[in-house]
Order: sequence, then C-alpha cells, then structure tokens
Amino acid sequence: MSSAREEIINRVRAAISRKVGDKPAAPPEPLLRIRGYKLDEKIAAFRAALEALSGTVTETHSRAETQSAVKRLLDGRTAVASAHPLLAEQWVTEIEVVQSGLTGADLRNACASAGVGITSAYCLLAETGTIVFRASAEESRLISLLPPVHIAVVSSRRMLGGLDEMLSMIARPVDDSSAMVFITGPSRTGDIEQILVRGVHGPGHVHVVIVHEEDIR
Amino acid sequence: MRENTRQETLDDPKLQLALYTATGRLMDHRKKAIGGGKVPEYQDLRTRAAAVKRHTLDYLDVYLTQFEAAVQANGGKVIWARDGAEAADFILSLAKEKGESLIVKSKSMTSEEIHLNDRLIKHELETVETDLGEYIIQLAGLRPYHIVAPALQMTRYDVSTLFEEKLGIAKDDVIENQTMTARRVLREKFLAAGIGITGANFLVADSGAVVIVENEGNARLSSSAPKIQIAIAGIEKMIPRVRDLGVFLALLGRSATGQALTSYTSILSGPRRKDERDGPEEFYVVLLDAGRTKLLADKEKRESLQCIRCGACLNYCPVYRKVGGHSYPWVYSGPIGKIITPQFQGKEKDPWLPFMSSLCGVCAEVCPVKIDIPKILLALRRESQKSSDDAGAMKWFARLMTRPWLYRLAASFGLGWLGRKDGVWVREVKWPASSGPLKDWLAVRDFPAPPEQSFRDWWEKRRK
Repeated sequence: MSSAREEIINRVRAAISRKVGDKPAAPPEPLLRIRGYKLDEKIAAFRAALEALSGTVTETHSRAETQSAVKRLLDGRTAVASAHPLLAEQWVTEIEVVQSGLTGADLRNACASAGVGITSAYCLLAETGTIVFRASAEESRLISLLPPVHIAVVSSRRMLGGLDEMLSMIARPVDDSSAMVFITGPSRTGDIEQILVRGVHGPGHVHVVIVHEEDIR
Repeated sequence: MRENTRQETLDDPKLQLALYTATGRLMDHRKKAIGGGKVPEYQDLRTRAAAVKRHTLDYLDVYLTQFEAAVQANGGKVIWARDGAEAADFILSLAKEKGESLIVKSKSMTSEEIHLNDRLIKHELETVETDLGEYIIQLAGLRPYHIVAPALQMTRYDVSTLFEEKLGIAKDDVIENQTMTARRVLREKFLAAGIGITGANFLVADSGAVVIVENEGNARLSSSAPKIQIAIAGIEKMIPRVRDLGVFLALLGRSATGQALTSYTSILSGPRRKDERDGPEEFYVVLLDAGRTKLLADKEKRESLQCIRCGACLNYCPVYRKVGGHSYPWVYSGPIGKIITPQFQGKEKDPWLPFMSSLCGVCAEVCPVKIDIPKILLALRRESQKSSDDAGAMKWFARLMTRPWLYRLAASFGLGWLGRKDGVWVREVKWPASSGPLKDWLAVRDFPAPPEQSFRDWWEKRRK
C-alpha cells in the first residue's frame, strides 16, 4: 500500500500528464504595481486610508510630543508595550500605566487584561493604511491582537508606498520571521445582516503615531 | 433550526428581503472598490491571476513538493490526506497524543466540505467555530449559506432567539451587543484551547507559508494563542511565490467585500522561532485531495480549481439571489457551487444542478480569476444529456424542424389543438398539453402561444 503522499503526488502527475524530472516552465512574472511618492504624499495617503476605516493618525516631531500623544490616546487605560527599541527611545515605556519587557505567561496574561496594546511596526503601507507586523524578539503577536485598542508608534522612515513595493523589497518574509501580518484598520465583521461592527475579536480601535525621526536629533 | 426548502425560500418575503439586501450590499461594496477606474489595472490583474493559477495547476506536483520541503525547513510538518476521513484521523490522533480536548477553529470552507467538526465532535473533542457567522450557524446546526457570509440568511431577530436558546442569555436584538456576546464567549475558548485549526486562502510554494485573509481577527487568534496550529487546505490553493500575493490580494478583498486589503492578512510559516516572543510551538499543514486530482485530470473543466472563494459570483447571481444558499445540495452554493458540486460529489447525484442557471454570464464577468462558469455549466449539461431521456425528445424535435413537409403538417394540425388563454399556452387546458409530452414543461411555465394564423398561411394568402 502506498502512502497518502505518494498516491496524491502520483494522481496529480497522472492528471496533468507530467513525468518525474520533466523541467517545469517558469511561472509568469509577478505583476507588482509600484508608484513613486514623496514622504508627505505617502503620509497623506496613509492618513486618508486609515481614517476611512475609523482609525486615527498623529504625527510627532520630538520625544516629548510622542509621549504626550500616546498618553492622550491611552486616556487613563492600562497598556502593555512591545520590546521594540523605538518605544523606549520615544519615552513611551516610561509612561506609568505602560507595562513592558514581559515574556511567556506574564505577557499573555497582560495582553488578555490590558486596555491597550502598544507596538511599533516593520513598516507602514500608505495606499491602504496598513501596519505591517512581523513576529520577532521585539514584537509579540498578542499585543496587537488581544487588547481592545491598538496603538502603533512607527518611524516615518518606515513608510512605504504600498504592498507591492514591500513585496518587491522582500521576496521571502519567511527568511526572517514565522509570521507577518498586514493590519488594515480595526477588527470588523458584517456577519449579521452585513451591518458593520468593529472590534469583534481583535482591537476595535487602531491608532498610528508617526514619528518624524528626521526631525529628532 | 432547519433549512428552508427552495419553495419556502421563494415564498418567504422576509427571507427574500434578507437575501436581496445582503447580496446587494456586497455588490455595492465591490462596485465601489473596483468601479469608476479605482483600479485601472483591474483587467490585467485578472488576466495575470488566471495565468498564475493555470500555471500552478499545470505543474502542481512540482509546487506541492517544493511547498512541503519549505514547510519542513521552517520547522513545520505536512500531512497528506486523500480524503476527509484521513484529515480528521490525523487531527484526532494528534489531539489524543498531546492530550488536548478543546479546539478553536477559524473559518474554512475546506473543513466544511469534509464535515470536520462532526467528525471531531463525535470523538468528544470540543470544536468551536470562532468566525461570528460560522459560530452562529454552528449553534443553529446549519450549513453555510454563503462562501463568505455563512449566516447571510439570518436576521438580528433570528440571532437573538438563537442566543437566548443556546447561550441562555436574555433576548437582545442589537447587532453590536450580539457581536460582543460572541467576543466574550469565544475569548475564553481562545485562551483555553490547545489546538487552533485554520483554513488557508493561499499556500505559497517558495516559502512554505500559509496565507489567511480575514476581518475579525479570529484566524489570527486561532494561529497565535493555542500551542498547536493546524492549517487545512485543498492542494489547489497553491501559488508559486510570495510576490504573487500582489495580484491575488488586490483581487480577493475587493471582489469579496470591496476592501483593498481586509483587516488582517497573515503570512504564517512554521512554529515560533527560538527568539520570537510568542506563537504556536507546533505547526502542521494538512494537504487535502478529496476529489481535486479527479477534477485536475479533466482538461475542459480544470479551471474550476482556480477559484479563490471570493463569493462574488454568488452575490451577482440572479438565481442565487432568489433561491438562497440552502437550495444547493452541497456546502458550496451559487454559480461556483453549481460547477464544483457535480465534479466533486458525482454527476449522477443532482443531475438538475447545472440546469439551475439562466446562463446570463455575470458570474464569469465578475470572477477575479476568469473562470468561465457558463462554459463549464454547458459542458456539464452536455454530459448529463448524453444519458437522459430528454436527449430522445430533442432528437424528435430536430427531425421535425429539419423536414419542411413534416413541420407544415404538424403546424396545421398541432397548433390548433393546444388550448390558449389570453394569448398564452396554459397548463389547465385539455389534451394534449395536459397529458402529452409538453405536460412537464408547461407545469412550471407559461409559454406565449403562436398567433392563430401561421406565417406560412399568411404568406400563401398574400401571394394570391
């Protein structure tokens, strides 16, 4: 009796009349649509896209500004922050209600009970208002997922035009991480009567703070 | 709850309104996202997506083995399943081995197709659907009404009654509150479950990655919170490279719900790495055949396997919008269901299915991967006619129509016999329409009767 693997592969080969060792043709070239933008165009596009999804965008030009922008967004709620260096650099982790540096079960429990999750991002995609998350030693999957509010503090240097530009730069996200997630606005559903409700399983509110690092010395 | 029959669906004004409104909203969303030159390259994207899918199917063995090797390199494992039973057996034995009894599941049509929940629950594994629509239909004991919106037929009042009955909470018909109830109940399950099962929108051969497209975050939770992640997917979900996602993601969200990108797109490749903060410790991909290789061998209809399950053909279909998802025999409804059901389930089972179409062609027009659904419907009709009684009737009809003398004879005698009322051949009339070969046909249709005087008669008289 052949294994399921052998049998399925043999069935496939028989179905498409291919012999082992026949050289396959090359796949069609990837079609990537990349447009050139200036930074302020990208930020304007990002803002428009995310605001259309009920998210907010704040721009800051100094550490003090970043810290007070995050404080204002926290609005007194408790928060858990990732280990991304930008958050410490921008004095976000110094805010009293923000917990950071957690691992294992502590991290999980903190995410399950915190009011807000604070992360940075691998990059931002202007055309769609997307935050690109990548699992790493610095970023945890659960911080941008379990709390009802997500704040991403990201350097303006990380702003890209769109998904296709990112794909043109990184052929295989898998080389660096086990998970890459494109986060585009809040969690939502339309499963009852196609009526939009936000915050069904993930955060219902998404805020992005763009730090103009070029202004900070 | 039980399913409505086709007649009940047509006769129920509330259900008709629910169907019309929900599919109408989905159509509007798609039009707003694609129409008015919003995506100038839209047709190029469709052409490229179809070409990539066709190419991948042409070399599927190569991509399957490439995918398997890449998953293993990432620290994951690939399980091959010839059918639903093999897929379920793997999950059952894994759960037993690891001592897990609670499974959270995110939406997967492939798992619906093989009735995975029933198989797992029968062996006392608590298996909870976590997509809001899937959760609702699991509580109600129904199959999905729509590929993208599984509970499309249910109103807030239906959900209110259902939650009262199944969750023991007070009646509440505010949709926001109902959604938050589901969030609360399911959040506990996510944090307690040892296994998360997801589907896959795409399998990426060059990376060994599983791509999941969703809006709620339940697929992210299912693949992040439990210790073990299992993704289950048909072998046709393969694409060659991550870069191909540029084309497919641009089409999928817009076609399904009118979104440029859905709220969450996850590219998942293997268990958490050593230095990563969290994520599953074990990662499995179940590759399912269950009829796909049989369809792959059929060159004329192979393109049915290109489907990316966006649901646009359902929303636009004039037949689906009247008869609804439960009038189709399998879990896949609408135009795509009509072409894949006979090919997966056997053509003998529901021979009428390919005929439940007006062949208007809107399904092919909106399909993001250019599946020529009407062409495949015609092929299925042709195959079914070869073996049916109607084929004999058509042969007689052809003989009649190709012999002028016979036609003249039939016209002068036949037409006068058929009863007419208000210019229409009607079914209440006497013989032969009420008992002859036209009986079945006229039982469900009115047919405009030919004029009292035939064209031939009129011409003859005029010439004199």
